[in-house]
Amino acid sequence: MKTTEVIVAFILTLSLLSFPSLGFQSDELLVDDEEFGLEGAPQPRSPEPIPSRSQPVTTPTRKRHSDLDSDSKIQFSLDHAFGDSDFTPAGTFSARLKTWSHGGQTLTKLRFSRNSFTDEEKEKFKNLLESDDFYRIRLPSNVLSPPGRDFIISSVKARCLPREGLDEHFVIHMEGINVLAVNYGSPGSCPYPRNLKLPAKWSFNSHTVLKNSEQAPRAPVFTEEILGGENGEGEVVPPPERSFWAKYWMYLIPLGLIVMNAITQAMNLPEEQAAGQVPAQGQPSGGAVQRGPSSAVRRR
Amino acid sequence: MAIAMAIRSFLFLLLLFFSSLNPILSLYEDQVGLMDWHQQFIGKVKQAVFHTQKTGRKRVVVSTEENVIASLDLRHGEIFWRHVLATNDVIDGIDIAIGKYVITLSSGGSILRAWNLPDGQMVWESSLQGPKHSKSLLLVLTNLKVDKDNVVIVFTNGRLHAVSSIDGEVLWKKDFEAESLDVQQVIQPPGSDLVYVVGFAASSQFEMYQINARNGELLKHESAAFSGGFLGEVSLVSSETLVALDSTGSILLTISSHNGKISFQQTPISNLVGDSLGPAVITPSSVTGIFSLKVNAITIFIRVIGEGKLEVLEKTNLKTAVSDALSISEGKQAFALIQHAGSEIHLTVKPADDWDGNLLKESIKMDRQRGLVHKVFINNYIRTDRSYGFRVLIVMEDHSLLLLQQGEIVWSREDGLASIIDVTTSELPVEKDGVSVAKVEHNLFEWLKGHMLKLKGTLMLASPEDMAAIQSMRLKSSEKSKMTRDHNGFRKLLIVLTRAGKLFALHTGDGRIVWSHLLQSLHKPQACQHLIGLNLYQWQVPHHHAMDENPSVLVVGRCGPSLDAPGVLSFVDTYTGKELSSLSLAHSVAQVIPLPYTDSTEQRLHLLIDADQHAHLYPKTPEAIGIFQREFSNIYWYSVEDDNGIIKGYALKSKCTSEVADEFCFDSRELWSVVFPSESEKIIATVTRKLNEVVHTQAKVIADQDVMYKYLSRNLLFVATAAPKASGEIGSVTPEESWLVAYLIDTVTGRILHRVTHHGSQGPVHAVFSENWVVYHYFNLRAHRYEMSVIEIYDQSRADDKDVWKLVLGKHNLTSPISSYSRPEVITKSQSYFFTHSLKSIAVTSTAKGITSKQLLIGTIGDQVLALDKRFLDPRRSVNPTQAEKEEGIIPLTDSLPIIPQSYVTHALRVEGLQGIVTVPAKLESTTLVFAHGVDLFFTQLAPSRTYDSLTEDFSYALLLITIVALVAAIFVTWILSERKELQEKWR
Repeated sequence: MKTTEVIVAFILTLSLLSFPSLGFQSDELLVDDEEFGLEGAPQPRSPEPIPSRSQPVTTPTRKRHSDLDSDSKIQFSLDHAFGDSDFTPAGTFSARLKTWSHGGQTLTKLRFSRNSFTDEEKEKFKNLLESDDFYRIRLPSNVLSPPGRDFIISSVKARCLPREGLDEHFVIHMEGINVLAVNYGSPGSCPYPRNLKLPAKWSFNSHTVLKNSEQAPRAPVFTEEILGGENGEGEVVPPPERSFWAKYWMYLIPLGLIVMNAITQAMNLPEEQAAGQVPAQGQPSGGAVQRGPSSAVRRR
Repeated sequence: MAIAMAIRSFLFLLLLFFSSLNPILSLYEDQVGLMDWHQQFIGKVKQAVFHTQKTGRKRVVVSTEENVIASLDLRHGEIFWRHVLATNDVIDGIDIAIGKYVITLSSGGSILRAWNLPDGQMVWESSLQGPKHSKSLLLVLTNLKVDKDNVVIVFTNGRLHAVSSIDGEVLWKKDFEAESLDVQQVIQPPGSDLVYVVGFAASSQFEMYQINARNGELLKHESAAFSGGFLGEVSLVSSETLVALDSTGSILLTISSHNGKISFQQTPISNLVGDSLGPAVITPSSVTGIFSLKVNAITIFIRVIGEGKLEVLEKTNLKTAVSDALSISEGKQAFALIQHAGSEIHLTVKPADDWDGNLLKESIKMDRQRGLVHKVFINNYIRTDRSYGFRVLIVMEDHSLLLLQQGEIVWSREDGLASIIDVTTSELPVEKDGVSVAKVEHNLFEWLKGHMLKLKGTLMLASPEDMAAIQSMRLKSSEKSKMTRDHNGFRKLLIVLTRAGKLFALHTGDGRIVWSHLLQSLHKPQACQHLIGLNLYQWQVPHHHAMDENPSVLVVGRCGPSLDAPGVLSFVDTYTGKELSSLSLAHSVAQVIPLPYTDSTEQRLHLLIDADQHAHLYPKTPEAIGIFQREFSNIYWYSVEDDNGIIKGYALKSKCTSEVADEFCFDSRELWSVVFPSESEKIIATVTRKLNEVVHTQAKVIADQDVMYKYLSRNLLFVATAAPKASGEIGSVTPEESWLVAYLIDTVTGRILHRVTHHGSQGPVHAVFSENWVVYHYFNLRAHRYEMSVIEIYDQSRADDKDVWKLVLGKHNLTSPISSYSRPEVITKSQSYFFTHSLKSIAVTSTAKGITSKQLLIGTIGDQVLALDKRFLDPRRSVNPTQAEKEEGIIPLTDSLPIIPQSYVTHALRVEGLQGIVTVPAKLESTTLVFAHGVDLFFTQLAPSRTYDSLTEDFSYALLLITIVALVAAIFVTWILSERKELQEKWR
């Protein structure tokens, strides 16, 4: 029992390490262009060859992992519309559906294959570019039973897409198997005013990112000790213990001057005047020195 | 950059300088009431009970729709005491028992309380449970005395209780759960110990139970069936006769019980009225032998003359209100009747047994802006000549409460102000003529005297009388309640819309009502039956023509409660309160979007979105269309479907394609949608930035002389969703089952810019969005505490703009327009803190230029407003801030937010039933005006960074003058002395 638990834990950590996408943090899958950027493929290319490149690294953990969490392949389609036209299929997303032992389901390894534009669609897109109109896409809100409750729609001004080819960028916000929203647009900036520019190549350069929710940072918890030091304003930190000199310099300097003065006077006077005057001036200051700096100041 | 730094450091120094002058943030005791005012209201009165038998203070106890129980002085209308119950603790009935306790039944009949009449202390409370939900009825048996005790009979939740009024103990109870009984009334015939419970079973069976009030014993049970079914209420006419309507509302049933036999008499209403126009309604009243019916707009008074014979006493189509019966002497009853006739109301008090023998007939002139009389409560008193006099308390359509006596309005209370639904502000008129010299001369002596007094106060020479004089002078300084615009922008008009559909203009100086306007006035009732005021918008704010044009507000209303009911627009002049024009719309109003464009007359363009997502442009002028067409492609909006969990974004498409050509109507197209999974998330709060918020600078200089750029998009929407299970009360779910997700969504493109999950947390969420940050408040189930979180969002795409050389050489991109279609590069910083209070409302201060630092205004559960510096909710707080960070003003990290008693804006006062906090910038940058409303109103001025740009109110100019004079005199004296000395030197 114990050993299996350890193994399970080990596998879990291993899988977490090798699949950063399975962790709690943001699941940025397939950010590299080469992995999914399918440029102008006439038919949906089979995504199989590409995963095989990364497979060797992950397979061993995956194999054992699937004892606990099963995964299956799913596909869902992307539809598009030109301006106010009806939606037509534009491509297919394929992903692995991972079922966790605790019942949750998440998507991993999202891939996208884009159908290239037909001539008719090119024409429509050109019209959009000319009229600075919207190019709209939609996804099902539930990937298992499309379209789910409703379609997720997103749109962009068509003039934002053309660069060399047609660059597009999807950020798909997921909650389990539900698509919450999709951020669709150009990968870079799209400055206003948008100028008419026709793409050189009529092929899509797609970037897709899957995002899950982040955990909020927990409120910090302090011990009472620190709390006690905190007062209302917060700014007023209790001053650190200062040195004796730093505290009493304003008393010490005049005292020093008085002493110096007294000494010089004591040195000068006995020679010139009667000795009786000396104690009259010297005594109080001498007394002050004995009693300490503060009382000397009080007298002044 | 450098300039900005210089300005910052200068401001900082300035702040430091002035903060050393005025070292505390809070008020001194004698400053209360200088800048602030507080008004107490009770809301629309539902029920009133007079207490005038004893010779002591005459009072009336009322319960209101705002769940207030109050005891009012009958002479002046002031509040003796008042209790505001919780919003879910709705008062069902009140009465007075044993002459000293006010008994209230509330919370759907489950809580019975007794309050001591003189001081409002609660004496006892009992909780009454029952098997099923039902109507709740309260009846105090005054003539049934058991050891000086009155028995309180309560029918609630299908059970009849008898409760002792001395200690709230339940004496006996009796269940009525067996049958599907729908109890209508509990009746006690005068002078007997019997109680009758009357109701319908299975909608066609009439049931009557006779119960001994002393022990709850069921004496008799009778029932009779009537095939036609019953509609609505029964009305008791006499101890043996009841009237009811059949289910069609066209036949009047007289139900009489004689010796245990129930008999029905049917009278078609058409026989009484002549031609029946529609279903009738019995007006509830308790006058013996008489009841009234309402058929359409006609009121019919009918007398029952034994054995089901009916006699029509009067038919009137005037708007009428009837009071309950008041017994004036042994066996004699009287009731009051109020009828509207033009601008007057006629009050008649009639004895129950003689319709034409009026006891009193008076006409009172009534302000049209008060609308119709909704309720009448009658009370009698003995005149100096030993005859009976009558006074009536009336509740008007605008929820105001008036006392009428001797043909006059003795007092009135504007209790409509207890239910404000929207607030906006308006500037006051510009002072046209300069202040006349005569006025100054007239006041010169006063002015001097005032300053002498102040000087005495400053020099601590003033006697207590002088101090009192100073205080009263400060409080009533005429300056602050003037009807003209002031230099600092402190004097404004608060335009408020109440639930009764009335507009009030309140002066910010002292809170007085400058004008009021009832939207649904008497002269056009048929246009819109149930007008509901929705929102207020600033329609026209003249700047260029401020001298000769008045600003106006747009009031958006709806005819009826359903969302697709047609809308109503009304334009009201804010100086005079006159309605300039009103429009009954053909379409509904789901959303109103004030556009950031104005036409040449400075009318703001508004886009009204109807329920079918068509956009309608107002004002309907060709000029507006011209402006609108230019910006056509840049207008976006969104809609939140709370119950569906969908947020959708829209843009304009083209002109409407309806059969009626309307060039101000536009079709929309759906651009984006965000669909929250219904099984895991439910929208509980959405917040946006205020439209008129001003931000001083986009850059934020952080400790290491680095710059961060705030992401200042106006199109950000904060959405909080919670697990559907966890949308109930706190504690109803375990932390594992509940979570809260916060989103920042760009409303143009539908992009989710930030999304964060708080596990183990639940709503209710209160949030405020300002500049580039959101602060939201929720409950953390794991820590068993409330938490406040902050999210700040910064723009990374401008991060490389901090090179001064680029700025100098013009290579920066600061002036390039920002497009939502660019991929945003944002980073967010967030932090959570514990907070002790639960909230009712949250707002943030706003100032004219946005330079002054911000404070959060937190409406606490104790109905107070707490000001909390935004610096406490800085996500960059760390346990040990560096020296540089400390200089920047970063406070060391703590786990909870401090509550400093001095920073309660409302100081010792409470804004009962707090609902909203509105902040309005004054012209003076340091100051913001705060208006908190609920059942009470509270207004004050607030300077979050202290008044660094003006001298304080109590600055003694006289002292300054005297000092200057003294200095000048000293200069002269020393000059003369030195001259003299010089002369002597020369003579030597």
